[in-house]
Amino acid sequence: MTATDATEPGTGPADDTSTDVAPAHRHPKAHQRAGRLGRWIDSRTGIARVGRGALNKVFPNHWSFLLGEIALYSFVVLLLTGIYLTLFFDADSTGMTTYDGSYGPMQGVQVSEAYNSALEISFDVKGGLLVRQIHHWAALVFVGAIVLHLCRVFFTGAFRRPRELNWVVGCTLFMLAVVNGFAGYSLLDDQLSGTGLRIGYSVLISIPVIGPWLGSLIFGGNFPGDDVIARLYPIHILVVPLLIIAMLTVHLTVLIRHKHTHFPGKGARDDNVVGERLWPTYVFKAGALFFCVFGALALLGGIAQINPVWLYGPFRAEDVSSASQPDWYMGWLEGALRLMPGWETRIAGFTIPNPFYAGVVPAAIVFGGLYAWPWIERRVTKDHAEHHVLDRPRDVPWRTAIGVGVLAFTGVLGFAGSDDVLVVTFGLSVNQAVWFFRVALFALPVISGFVAYRLCIELQRRDGPPPLPTVPVPDTETDGSAGTQDPALVGDAGGGQRHDGSDPADA
Amino acid sequence: MRSSRHLVLVALAAVALAVGVVQGTAGAGESGGAGDTTSGTSQADLVAAGEQLFLTSCISCHGVDGVGTPNGPPLTAAGEANADFMLRTGRMPMASSDVQPPDKPVAYTDTEIRQLVAYVGSLGDGPPIPQLDLDAADVTNGGQLFRANCAPCHNASGIGGALSYGRHAPSLQETGLEQVAEAMRVGPGQMPRFGPDVLTDQEVNDIVAYVDYLQNPDDPGGLNLGYTGPVAEGFVALVIGLGALMLVIRWITRERRAAGAREGAPDA
Ligand code: HEC
Ligand code: HEC
Repeated sequence: MTATDATEPGTGPADDTSTDVAPAHRHPKAHQRAGRLGRWIDSRTGIARVGRGALNKVFPNHWSFLLGEIALYSFVVLLLTGIYLTLFFDADSTGMTTYDGSYGPMQGVQVSEAYNSALEISFDVKGGLLVRQIHHWAALVFVGAIVLHLCRVFFTGAFRRPRELNWVVGCTLFMLAVVNGFAGYSLLDDQLSGTGLRIGYSVLISIPVIGPWLGSLIFGGNFPGDDVIARLYPIHILVVPLLIIAMLTVHLTVLIRHKHTHFPGKGARDDNVVGERLWPTYVFKAGALFFCVFGALALLGGIAQINPVWLYGPFRAEDVSSASQPDWYMGWLEGALRLMPGWETRIAGFTIPNPFYAGVVPAAIVFGGLYAWPWIERRVTKDHAEHHVLDRPRDVPWRTAIGVGVLAFTGVLGFAGSDDVLVVTFGLSVNQAVWFFRVALFALPVISGFVAYRLCIELQRRDGPPPLPTVPVPDTETDGSAGTQDPALVGDAGGGQRHDGSDPADA
Repeated sequence: MRSSRHLVLVALAAVALAVGVVQGTAGAGESGGAGDTTSGTSQADLVAAGEQLFLTSCISCHGVDGVGTPNGPPLTAAGEANADFMLRTGRMPMASSDVQPPDKPVAYTDTEIRQLVAYVGSLGDGPPIPQLDLDAADVTNGGQLFRANCAPCHNASGIGGALSYGRHAPSLQETGLEQVAEAMRVGPGQMPRFGPDVLTDQEVNDIVAYVDYLQNPDDPGGLNLGYTGPVAEGFVALVIGLGALMLVIRWITRERRAAGAREGAPDA
């Protein structure tokens, strides 16, 4: 197996007559099949346009472009396992029942229908625990892959014009994923998730003016509220998943329309894409990756216990357990709550409670900053040009430094959110740890940002003079990039246009 | 696993039986007349031997007759439960008196402990060593009581947790079951005392049975991650799960990298 490199013109006229020359030489059989398939589709649906466009789509062959795909496939796994779980779950936290399933130490305990069905899934439904665990592991990996993907896009400047819209869509997907994760593990009505909901409630009602109203809207009264699980359930299984699917559709459509970015390198210009064609190479790689993701998650679900709600017990408002942590992606907000000194302010007769500063403000700043970043950066650089060739992180040291600083900031908060576990593990004192984290919260982003900045400069210095400028060179469009030494790197016929004229975000 | 648990239960039953026999004969010895000190198991003998041990290793902190010193509290109301708990968890004798006494290897043999316990018990009246009967225990009730009374500090899985100012509630995963019962009656250090007015003997028994269960729970779902909950889960998901997938995508794109390395293309 060798890589089939191909370049794709920025915007080949969709109805041009270009054929995919390179794979024809290399995989005659596959090409014939692809051709027949294409004609078949065309004669019946007339989507040759779409079909050819899609099959010829070129994917850059860099590992970091697959991070988003890991997220996508985790989402597919979440959908599949989630559907199975809905068959057995009962989102009723007010109706009580006497547990009589096969988990001995809980037999005879009065539990809610929701908790009862969670135990049933874990102990009495065929494959229930496995599916439940895969679902939960998939959620953790899903958000993790999104964060990595987001980092890749950020540090390489892939959000620059014309991709601002997709950046915004991506940030929204990130937020939806976090929200749905929280909603998901809150459904089970166990002691741990109840503790999380209690914190969520106190943060929610701390929002000035609308907070209390939102609180009673979602919880159906003061905490614990009768309705919260019944309301989170449709949000978790229907509303947010549909929103995610809609956003994904936009995300991928825009991606196809814009075509991929690619790293600077041989043949890479702002008006082409260097990589592998969708058919056949990429399809097989993507398919393989899907099964790897599914396999890894199934393996985790099968061999590593996650969220043993039978030990946490049913939620009782008056009980708590020590070491109550949220899932990892909420950890930084938990950390902010733990580190925040007990401030409270009164403005114009309103008391702004402490959780507002610790829970709402940091989230608003981080997500607001994320959303606004393309415009913030443009303000600084005054760079309004389109970019399809990526920056390497070292190429824009100040952006890299800021990104590293923000990661350090949220990272410190995340560790602070598990301070009680860490101090027991390392034999420290909680109070020392809080002060350590408070100092680190401000010191570490500055230090790590500075180090990142110096590192970028140093790497640049080692690179020597900057690489060739990556401006479009229209006259070498057709085969110029391929004509040098590598026969595998084939220019697509009919190119020559700019990458993509439209700019949805600016429209 | 299971068989070792049964072994523990059998051993405990044997110990309980032995203790019962010893106490029975001790009582008989006492009632049999004060002059009879030749029998090595009489209460008076235990107390006397315990006093000798106390004089060598405890008196420096707890003072003559256990009245207390600036280095250690008086033991006049400590009772056998407290002494047994402190000695069998290795807390006493303490090396230095200003930190939370750590669980250490037990310093004394079983006989010596019984002697010291008898001596401390003779100093005043404190709680006796609770009698356990796990066969009569209700694990389910114990679980509910445990989650309500003990989980706030010791965690729902009994792995312990942090308290403020460097104190922590220790893990109960390795604690002897009798010591669990004693801890409730005694309330060591920062832990509140759960006297008979709060938890009946039966309830103490139930909780101990649940701790026994927690030390070896039904563990469906694969490897438990030390019961540290979402923190450990997050690390596993990100480092092992996502880490493995990162290796996969590196592997999938390896050809390009090899080609890139030849041509000097960047690999960010
Ligand atoms: C270095 C000093 C020191 C030595 C030696 C020492 N102890 Fe202690 N002991 C303490 C201190 C301090 C405490 C209180 C610990 C706490 O509350 O956490 C204590 C507590 C106790 C208690 C519980 C008292 C209560 O009311 O809570 C008992 C029982 C006890 N010790 C028995 C002994 C015995 C028996 C020995 C000898 C084998 C011994 N100690 C040796 C310092 C010492
Ligand atoms: C307020 C927090 C708190 C609560 C509630 C609490 N404990 Fe503790 N527990 C502690 C602390 C702190 C210690 C360590 C005491 C010391 O040695 O200074 C401890 C020690 C223990 C030990 C000794 C463990 C060992 O191996 O050394 C046992 C057993 C124990 N607790 C059982 C219980 C049980 C059973 C309950 C519920 C009935 C309970 N505890 C409730 C805080 C608590």
